Amino acid sequence: MAGKRKLSERPGGGSGDVQWCFSQVKGAMDDDVAEADIISTVEFNHTGELLATGDKGGRVVIFQQEPESKNQPQCRGEYNVYSTFQSHEPEFDYLKSLEIEEKINKIRWLPQKNAAQFLLSTNDKTIKLWKISERDKRPEGYNLKEEDGRYRDPNTVTTLRVPVLRPMDLMVEASPRRVFANAHTYHINSISVNSDHETYLSADDLRINLWHLEITDRSFNIVDIKPANMEELTEVITAAEFHPDQCNTFVYSSSKGTIRLCDMRASALCDQHAKLFEEPEDPNNRSFFSEIISSISDVKFSHSGRYMMTRDYLSVKIWDLNMETRPVETYQVHEYLRSKLCSLYENDCIFDKFECCWNGNDSVVMTGSYNNFFRMFDRDYRQDVTFEASRENSKPRSVLKPRKISTGGKRKKDEISVDSLDFNKKILHTAWHPLDNIIAVATTNNLYIFQDKIN
Amino acid sequence: MSEQEEGMATVEEQQEMEDKVISPEKAEEVKLKARYPNLGAKPGGSDFLRKRLQKGQKYFDSGDYNMAKAKMKNKQLPSAPTEKTEITGDHIPTPQDLPQRKTSIVASKLAV
Repeated sequence: MAGKRKLSERPGGGSGDVQWCFSQVKGAMDDDVAEADIISTVEFNHTGELLATGDKGGRVVIFQQEPESKNQPQCRGEYNVYSTFQSHEPEFDYLKSLEIEEKINKIRWLPQKNAAQFLLSTNDKTIKLWKISERDKRPEGYNLKEEDGRYRDPNTVTTLRVPVLRPMDLMVEASPRRVFANAHTYHINSISVNSDHETYLSADDLRINLWHLEITDRSFNIVDIKPANMEELTEVITAAEFHPDQCNTFVYSSSKGTIRLCDMRASALCDQHAKLFEEPEDPNNRSFFSEIISSISDVKFSHSGRYMMTRDYLSVKIWDLNMETRPVETYQVHEYLRSKLCSLYENDCIFDKFECCWNGNDSVVMTGSYNNFFRMFDRDYRQDVTFEASRENSKPRSVLKPRKISTGGKRKKDEISVDSLDFNKKILHTAWHPLDNIIAVATTNNLYIFQDKIN
Repeated sequence: MSEQEEGMATVEEQQEMEDKVISPEKAEEVKLKARYPNLGAKPGGSDFLRKRLQKGQKYFDSGDYNMAKAKMKNKQLPSAPTEKTEITGDHIPTPQDLPQRKTSIVASKLAV
């Protein structure tokens, strides 16, 4: 192995020297989880100062990192609740006899342009643009109004005064600024803001639409894979994302394990891909499960824009955008599950959609697994590690101990056997701070925040 | 137990082990097909995708619903199954079948 670089030389990166420590956990401790409390999405904003979560009950909670205190320069600020609001509510489409869940599928932050923060949140059918703004001053001394807001009798007004702004306790308000509705027949699985900061895409199972952030009454359809005869349907769109700096480029993944890269300059309707990324499959290895486990549940561009990462049921793959024939790196998340596929099919776990994420400098990738395990793969050092998000390892600043799963007959001490894994404890959503070694990991109803140890 | 039977058993075990060594996935497939012999030959094909696209479908006919409500005053209709089955066709939805969708006005427990 090449000489290890010091942590100080690898900002935001590397699992080689990094010791991950527990920082905080949010959410109820009891085992009885209400369905509404199931976390469905986690996302840092572009500076990492804000961390948003969405849940099955349609609610969004935003945490803000406290600024580093001068007293404890070694500790990074904690994340505390900044704002919370009901983003979406359950609906019933009577015309189509369709129940529309309020579950927040995705949240994406807009880059900050002024004092306010903006984010897009979406459920299965409707995308909303939310403005989160701070109010720390209020005007006092109106001419025509009392302090409590009641209007004064004009006959009692004898002098003229100018209202002044006085400081007040910080109030954070969230208001819906745009509602982008009625553009999706099928269920929205992704939204992605363009690098032009003016447009964004939304993708459902069969179509992708392009929106302008200011315009809610129309959107352009840019991908449509619906066959003329639905009997001929063989694949659906599972995820889509805009390139981080090429505003004309986006990718979408399919349930068959392929990724298509499209260039919006080529034509208005991007049904013809510019590139098709697909790893050839050995026909001898094909089984009933092959297609199901090859379905891509998440696709994410690297920050550099040179690579993209896909997550299928058992692995994480890194693709070089310049090479369509196969991924450049493949990491096994939980290969030991290959001999459990029958029961995972029966309990529907085989359809679980795991997400994945990059660290700030694209040197490490992370994804979740079962039993509240999550995995990190260091691309530079070719190391991988498994950690567990649990209340037992939740002492402040306690270092996380790597977990090992025993696959063979002999189980060593401290190893966990595959048969004792809890498949109800799944980590589907994780997020990595864009600049720092801070990660947010969502279990079913709790949010864990881990940081690397600063010495 | 005759010698021959013992021999055959070992051969079968060997074959099973070989299959597992060749492909754990194929062994799992064999297990699945044994439990569900009617499983379609086309894996993950249109049926499975169509089921995915139909998520959220709740069949509701306001005419049937109102007639059933009126009838219920006179006689007891067969009660709806308690588990969440798809309400289709002959089954006339009753007020109990339609899930009471309340908005989550309770604050998220993450925000405590």
